[in-house]
Amino acid sequence: MFGTIMSKKTLLNSKEIHIILHRLACQLIENHNNFENTVLIGIQPRGAFLAKRLVQILKDDYNISNVQFGLLDITFYRDDFRRRGAPLEANKTNINFIVEDKNVVFIDDVLFSGRSIRAALTAIQSFGRPADIELLVLIDRRFSRHLPIQPDYRGRQVDVFNEEKVTVHWKGNDEKDAVYIVNK
Amino acid sequence: MSQLSVEHLLGIKHINKADIELIFKTADHFKEVINRPIKKVPSLRDITIANIFFENSTRTKLSFELAEKRLSADVINFSASQSSVKKGETLIDTVNNILSMKVDLIVMRHPHVGACDFLSKHVNAKIVNAGDGTHEHPTQALLDSYSIREKLGSVQGKKVVIIGDILHSRVALSNIYALKLQGAEIKVCGPKTLIPKYIDSLGVEVEYNIKKALEWCDVANVLRVQNERMAINYFPSTREYSQLFGINKQLLDSIGKKIVIMHPGPINRGVEITSDVADADQSIILNQVENGVAIRMAVIYLLAEQIKRT
Repeated sequence: MFGTIMSKKTLLNSKEIHIILHRLACQLIENHNNFENTVLIGIQPRGAFLAKRLVQILKDDYNISNVQFGLLDITFYRDDFRRRGAPLEANKTNINFIVEDKNVVFIDDVLFSGRSIRAALTAIQSFGRPADIELLVLIDRRFSRHLPIQPDYRGRQVDVFNEEKVTVHWKGNDEKDAVYIVNK
Repeated sequence: MSQLSVEHLLGIKHINKADIELIFKTADHFKEVINRPIKKVPSLRDITIANIFFENSTRTKLSFELAEKRLSADVINFSASQSSVKKGETLIDTVNNILSMKVDLIVMRHPHVGACDFLSKHVNAKIVNAGDGTHEHPTQALLDSYSIREKLGSVQGKKVVIIGDILHSRVALSNIYALKLQGAEIKVCGPKTLIPKYIDSLGVEVEYNIKKALEWCDVANVLRVQNERMAINYFPSTREYSQLFGINKQLLDSIGKKIVIMHPGPINRGVEITSDVADADQSIILNQVENGVAIRMAVIYLLAEQIKRT
């Protein structure tokens, strides 16, 4: 009788995101000092926004402007090629350096099954053998992992039902910074 | 991302503008991949591809094979000269035998027009036409347009002249279809005997004067004289052909502008094009070869995407 009603709940508002981003930036500085041997890799498409924002914060607020930063697309490394109804859409990879012996930090907005990060771990090998790889995510969806992958830096850990979706909005791309839980 | 509108790549005639744009967009990603230190992605690791060549080929076969390997597909190669075809086996029997070894996609070159089309109706695998007689060579036309787009920004509105043996050229026909779809203006130029009688029906103009043709165009795609397809003499001598339709540095400098020079290869140096033109900075012949791998990766990836896992 009634169509499915889509509900949207705010998980983080723009002020909370601001605080979390600064905390994550400080945690990165704590572990990587002056970022001399560190590269930040945004996982396309959604991780790119978070990575760019963190690079900006490091530069503007902490005077660290020499951070090597790249964007990695994982489309051709995914394990669900030919298994999905809709075709996969590739994005641009932009890594103009070799990651050989570097400390790599993967940056993504939401960690869910861990499969994207599994694909990224394979994809990054095309650019060399990193010394180590860490993972930074804004939202860590607890109890939803398909693989033994956990973040090293997390903005907020949440428990969300499988049928719910966590969407991250970024000012510049969307109206404002916000994280929502959408029930479809 | 949308999907290709076709199940096989039999010719440019069967695809549309959106398909070309999708192939180019996908090829952009693969071009970045093939310039990495490790030039390989695992997408097609459970796909098997057979390259079946009933006609000689060097670069097309290498380019396809490299594209398939860059996508991590398993590849088997088959040349008619070493096969049971010589013993009288039919095309369908040959291919079905290969298919029973669980092949998902076939790249085929064949001397007869329509061979790929015929095959696509009789075997259960994706077919990519790598040249069927004097008919079509779709991946060559795609990589030619892709190279023009890369060099000049777009194909829309560009003036392209195709020079040489139009009559026997599958590259010319596929290029005409592809360029038309993308809104380019096209002329052909060559000896009257090597211009097809019904060329007007393709919406293409003919220019018999090479200098005028070069003055008009932004891009000159120079074709090889295909002696192996000529049962009779279509022009008196190679020397005369070269004098009337060959491109040399002097001619190129005399037109007062810098045009892009293309050639699908293999080049007959000193016949249709001199060495100094082939190696000039306005020549994008080697870019075409590099782009060929990216385009073929895109075509194979997009067709393989349609093979649903059972």
